[in-house]
Amino acid sequence: MARRRDQARSAYRSYRKQAAQRSGVHALGAEWRKLPGPVRTFTPVVVLFTIAVLYPFYLSSLPSGNVPLIYSFPSVRSAVTILVFTTMAVGLNVVVGYCGLLDLGYVAFYAIGAYTAGWLASGQFQQVSFHFGSVGVSRDARGIHISIWLVLIIAALLTAYGGVLIGLPTLRLRGDYLAIVTLGFGEIIPQFVRNADSLHGFNLTNGTFGISPIDSPGFGTRLHTALGLPVAYSQEFTADRLFFWSALGLLLVTIFCCIRLRDSRLGRAWIAIREDETAAGAMGIPLMRTKTWAYAIGAFFGGAAGAFIASFNAGAFPSQFSFNISVFLLCMVILGGMGSIWGVVVAGVILSWLNVEGLANIGTWLNDNIFPQSHQIEVAKYQFGIYGIIIVLMMMFRPQGLIPEARRKREIEEGTRDEPLYEMRGADEPGAGERGSPGQVPRG
Amino acid sequence: MLVFFAWLGYNLQADPPTFFTIFLIGLQQGSVYALVALGYTLVYGILQLINFAHGDVFALTGLFASSLITNHFHLDETSTALTITFGLLAVFLIAMAFGAIVNATIEFVAYRRLRNAPRLAVLITAVGMSFIVQNISLVFFNVNFRSIPPLVSEGDVFTVGGVSLGWQTLFVVLVTIPVLIILSWLVKNTRQGKAMRATAQDPEASAMMGINVNRTISFTFLLAGGLAGIGAVLFLVQFNVRYDTGFELGLIAFTAAVLGGIGNLSGAVLGAIIIGMIQAFNEGPFLWAPGSDWTRSIVFGILIAILVFRPEGLLGERTPEGG
Repeated sequence: MARRRDQARSAYRSYRKQAAQRSGVHALGAEWRKLPGPVRTFTPVVVLFTIAVLYPFYLSSLPSGNVPLIYSFPSVRSAVTILVFTTMAVGLNVVVGYCGLLDLGYVAFYAIGAYTAGWLASGQFQQVSFHFGSVGVSRDARGIHISIWLVLIIAALLTAYGGVLIGLPTLRLRGDYLAIVTLGFGEIIPQFVRNADSLHGFNLTNGTFGISPIDSPGFGTRLHTALGLPVAYSQEFTADRLFFWSALGLLLVTIFCCIRLRDSRLGRAWIAIREDETAAGAMGIPLMRTKTWAYAIGAFFGGAAGAFIASFNAGAFPSQFSFNISVFLLCMVILGGMGSIWGVVVAGVILSWLNVEGLANIGTWLNDNIFPQSHQIEVAKYQFGIYGIIIVLMMMFRPQGLIPEARRKREIEEGTRDEPLYEMRGADEPGAGERGSPGQVPRG
Repeated sequence: MLVFFAWLGYNLQADPPTFFTIFLIGLQQGSVYALVALGYTLVYGILQLINFAHGDVFALTGLFASSLITNHFHLDETSTALTITFGLLAVFLIAMAFGAIVNATIEFVAYRRLRNAPRLAVLITAVGMSFIVQNISLVFFNVNFRSIPPLVSEGDVFTVGGVSLGWQTLFVVLVTIPVLIILSWLVKNTRQGKAMRATAQDPEASAMMGINVNRTISFTFLLAGGLAGIGAVLFLVQFNVRYDTGFELGLIAFTAAVLGGIGNLSGAVLGAIIIGMIQAFNEGPFLWAPGSDWTRSIVFGILIAILVFRPEGLLGERTPEGG
């Protein structure tokens, strides 16, 4: 039996070999497989990257209006928003995908990042006048004006610190309690920025009106004369393109960091915690510290992206930070596949495109071509219902996501234990070492 | 904590009538929260699932009841007292049935398939269901606020020493108390209630003892939805309802359930009344009251503080039982 199978297999192999020699495509495939590993890994990335970089140039030659289903391709301006939201989704993926901590308040990090940019690069604080590497602002403008590049880093660090502050008291909680606490923070912070326009008479956030205008990034006059780089994006005719390339750079840096982190010691610890927290703890992984790191790093990218988009929109407004955004980002992570970076990037681009203009465009196309004049529909109105349906369908039928990570897929197919066998407690806490059963331990 | 009580005490001696009036408003708000919080706690007790969609079921039922009252029963303030009484009774029953069916359908469609999936997956599904239900409300009832004619007078029953008891407060409390008594009897004394408590303790062992676990869970969702239906009508009598009303109210009610100790029925009622009081005093005309702008922050601040310092809640039962 086994012998016959081997014979059949070798016959099949030689057939394939001959076929490969006959057809050019197969020959190409064989040549492709001979290439060294790094080349095979990076070629698709480089190709995709080139296509993305050149997007503003060939967009005008793409058909626009009445393209089947999508109606038209996103404008460069929309593409910036798409890239920034994708960056946030990749950041959220660190928390949800790698470490398995459900975060329903990621919008808080977005808000912190955006408002940091608002504080450090606008005329919000009229009491002081502080300039550091600012571009496109007159020398004697009041307020704090720091170079946006620096602000991106400061915002990211500050948000990471905020993530640690939120994480330290809450990360002891498990699963659903953690989700609800993050949701609480995600609700408190937007309300805080909405109301903090007179804290003892001090205008911190300018209330409902938000902080505007926020400075735009740029390279200053010195680099402009030396290298021809733009002085300030907002003063350029091609501002959208410049923002687009910067957003692409931000996304690439985020992806690179996340891939390296995943393969690092810390990343392996996160995945161990995700798979079985109890076993990970028993193997000597410091649970609290590792989870706090996941939180801080997820927050870091959320903050940087938030500051960037605030600079792009030239403003930070409290109405931007609703719970819906948290769920929207979560939806990207789920659709792409929790823990799978490329999956999240693809899902992020698709969903943020739907959010920015896709749904409206699809609605227009459907109304123009499918639905009669009497039955026009408004697709964009139901966008969050559509995300809800995506989430539920994915969870029911393909919980591993569209482009699953191999390891995550195995976890979902073979199952992991997320019920604690022993409640993890410090030796000095009451109830240390008690035998816990799912029915007896508070699930916190 | 001390500061808070000192603040309460100061307000009590500064203006006693206002204090007690606000106290009654707190009781009134707390009653509605209690009915919704019980739904969260019942479901959590049996499935260990935060049913995010619960608040949206509440809103959908409220919208349904509003169209029932205005479009089908044509009740308004000019109707006779008898018509209003029987009309409201019918609305209560229909809203209960509606909420119960919607809630049980959600369980049947979404959660039942995920019985053996990781808890995180079910929780994410619940968030998704919440959005779906919210959009169903949006499709059928559009974005506008719905209100009903003032069927229950906004006037006062009587006023004693400056403290006035409103008809609405009386109405809400008079509806809530019997409902709570019936619920308590249902859970403690009936066969189905015993099955619920057994399933909450240990589903596998209950199944071995011959309890139909799936039916028991469905029953729990029916019960929770029915309570949300009553709560929705009570809410509608006092306020306007919109498709997204349920989200924030649901979170506040969930906080109440956690405050009392999730899975604990009397805890949910206690927590709801405390949260109702906190909200009323926060929004009341007091010195240094932060005002309604900060209600959400205060409630969620409490939620976070409880989860961090005392996750088992006020009543401190460590077993997530139904009773």
